Amino acid sequence: MATTTHEPPKIEPPRDPVGQDGGGGGWRNLVPADGTMRDVQQYSPPPASLGVWVGMAAITMSFAAFTSALIVRQGASPDWRHFTLPSILYFDTLVLLASSVTLELGRRRVAAFMGGLRSQAAPPAKWLYITLFLGLIFVAGQYVAWLQLKSQGLYLATNPSSSFFYVLTAAHALHVLGGLGGLVRVIRKLGKSVLRRSTLDATSYYWHFMDVLWLYLLLLLWSKM
Amino acid sequence: MHDMSAHAAQHHAPTSFIRKYIFSLDHKVIGKQYYGLALIAVYIGMAISWLMRFHLAWTNARIPGLQWLSSVGAPGGLMTPEYYLELMTMHGTIMVFFVLTTAPFAGFGNFFLPIQVGAEDMPFPRFNMMSFWITFVAFCVLMSAFFVGDGPPLSGWTAYAPLSAVGAIAGPGQGTGQVLWAISIALFCVGQLLGSLNFITTTLDLRTKGMTLMRMPLTVWAWFITSCMGLTAFAVLLPACILLILDHVAGTSFFIASGLVINDKMLPHSGGSTLLWQHLFWFFGHPEVYIAIVPGVGIVSHVLITNMRRPLLSHKVMIGCMGALAFLSYMVYGHHMFVSGMNPFSGLVFSFPTLVITIPATIIVLIWIFSLYGSKLRINSASLFALGFISMFVSGGVSGFFLAQPSLDIYLHATYFVVGHFHMVMAVAALFGIFTGTYFWFPKMTGHMMNESLGKLHFWLTFVGTYAIFMPFHYLGMAGNVRRYQAFVDDYMQPLLGVHKFITIAALLTGAAQLIFLYNLIHSRFRGAPAPPNPWEATSLEWTMPSPPPFDNFGGKHPVVYHDPYQYGIEGSSNDYVMQDSPEQIHTVRDEK
Repeated sequence: MATTTHEPPKIEPPRDPVGQDGGGGGWRNLVPADGTMRDVQQYSPPPASLGVWVGMAAITMSFAAFTSALIVRQGASPDWRHFTLPSILYFDTLVLLASSVTLELGRRRVAAFMGGLRSQAAPPAKWLYITLFLGLIFVAGQYVAWLQLKSQGLYLATNPSSSFFYVLTAAHALHVLGGLGGLVRVIRKLGKSVLRRSTLDATSYYWHFMDVLWLYLLLLLWSKM
Repeated sequence: MHDMSAHAAQHHAPTSFIRKYIFSLDHKVIGKQYYGLALIAVYIGMAISWLMRFHLAWTNARIPGLQWLSSVGAPGGLMTPEYYLELMTMHGTIMVFFVLTTAPFAGFGNFFLPIQVGAEDMPFPRFNMMSFWITFVAFCVLMSAFFVGDGPPLSGWTAYAPLSAVGAIAGPGQGTGQVLWAISIALFCVGQLLGSLNFITTTLDLRTKGMTLMRMPLTVWAWFITSCMGLTAFAVLLPACILLILDHVAGTSFFIASGLVINDKMLPHSGGSTLLWQHLFWFFGHPEVYIAIVPGVGIVSHVLITNMRRPLLSHKVMIGCMGALAFLSYMVYGHHMFVSGMNPFSGLVFSFPTLVITIPATIIVLIWIFSLYGSKLRINSASLFALGFISMFVSGGVSGFFLAQPSLDIYLHATYFVVGHFHMVMAVAALFGIFTGTYFWFPKMTGHMMNESLGKLHFWLTFVGTYAIFMPFHYLGMAGNVRRYQAFVDDYMQPLLGVHKFITIAALLTGAAQLIFLYNLIHSRFRGAPAPPNPWEATSLEWTMPSPPPFDNFGGKHPVVYHDPYQYGIEGSSNDYVMQDSPEQIHTVRDEK
């Protein structure tokens, strides 16, 4: 019977502090002005780590803009109608929080596997699949929330409050779908043994950020709707 | 060791035409693509301005062939008032977004930022490629507005609500054309966000060994600061455009007030805030002014230093001032809304930082002037345009003092004074920055030298021409000439018609001078003398490699940087300069501790 053995994923090479032909400057690279290279700190954080923070900053700005628009619009006219949030949102919140826990479990196991601390032959992708599943449930749950709102007669253009509800939840769901795409990429790279630790970490940071963003949005919607 | 190539430039040199020139991952090709897009856009924008100027001077004259562009907007070649406004909207949108943002920031920045910090490429080359192609699609979507039934929108590049939000009932172009405009700008925002992400991570993460923050050339600092602005500003405009699109296609009421009657019809919307659009737009819009101009500040500084053969009075202060411009740009946006109905106290709050922002701008100019004083400036096309940039920046900036004061702005708002101000300080100054960069970096980008005589001719015609066009705008504004009028038939404006005719003739001639530049660009690309690796005897890393640079920039190696970027006038050296990657010891240490 044929058996398949997975190679452990490639690990980033260790950083050599005194190498001559590599790059690796970066924001912690401090070189004396007289040109002496002796004290160079040859460390540069992987761009994926910084990139995801920069991306999260841009997303934060966008949702800050949506929030200020909501506050201004609510105050602009007395036509703001309050309504009860669809109950499934609370279930969705639990699902998303759980997905962050499962992702963290998966990230730690994969990190340990990549570091050679775990002896198993196959990469531990189970928790990543569970996270993916929970993420899909969350998005489906948001769709159900829209259906529940629709059944109350609240459509996108019915009232500014419902408009903002649809816009904010849809914008967030779109970003969650982006995170799901990132997770699929991580699982695929893990299967091919080409996953970088920085990619895994960046994806998990993004996913946790989606959690925090959703909690903020839920609070905003709960207080304004 | 930490292998930078593991993060950047994982792609190998492409062999197929499509991967090499179309969907390229190479930052240099993407930079050229951005530049090419800006070049197409600027000539379209200029041609539109010709049509507008001709119509303003000779309102009842027919423009032969214009009916082919729009049979409704210009029946028989005679421009309708609505079509004038449509052309004005397209001119502003094309120029601000697809020229002034695209060329100095995305074009030159893509090509030179990774090289100047010693990297092989951007860290996310696929995002970089997507950034360009999304921008290209955005441009095509905008251009398609010319060909839809009711034509392009007429609400101006600022697309003020409710005019921009109510749909076709507001006039030609306000239906499909306005939606296309909003989609185009939303796409443009996405493209610029991806680009900014790459610029920031490249600057912070991919600098080569020895390239400390203070050793980065001023161009890199300018692009980095601009990308920080782009990241925050475009992230706000994007949601604004989404809400605008929803007001159009989904019947929401974000920006449309209740009880609005247009063309005898009551609109079904309720309670929207028209000021909300202005707040969201100008939160982007004012930083956008600096997104257009800060790269020019960096380019001009870089070029002047090279031609002065000495560094600026203070590298650090220049960086600090560019950063201060960026920071303050977020606090001044309300000065665009002095007469919009805001609380008068808000006007005062926005007026103060507007006056404060002139401090870093003035320091920048003083650093340039005092650095130039006593220097033996090498006069070439690039340095001439750099001087022209300073001239435009000062001339346009001075009129900003007046507009920064709410009491004066009440009179001057929406007049040609404002048009003259922003055309000089933002548009023409930024264009001069683009020309400076083009004449300076063309040899590196293409491997050919540009014709210097034609370059100098281009400079003088453009310099004199732009002053002839835009200085009289200030006079017109003070005389009460309102902007966005398609004809001047009121009694008090009749005497100003002669000035308008003068401006139109100047615009036609100055525009024609740009054909000299185009000829020089194309001719030099194919017939220009071969460019040596370092024709200007410059010190930064792009001049350490052949012209044009090879695919992997540094031949698979990583340069080591020993000096700050502007080691000129070095006594005892074999030349009067020391390149950044030269291990040569310098006795006259210029590094700022």
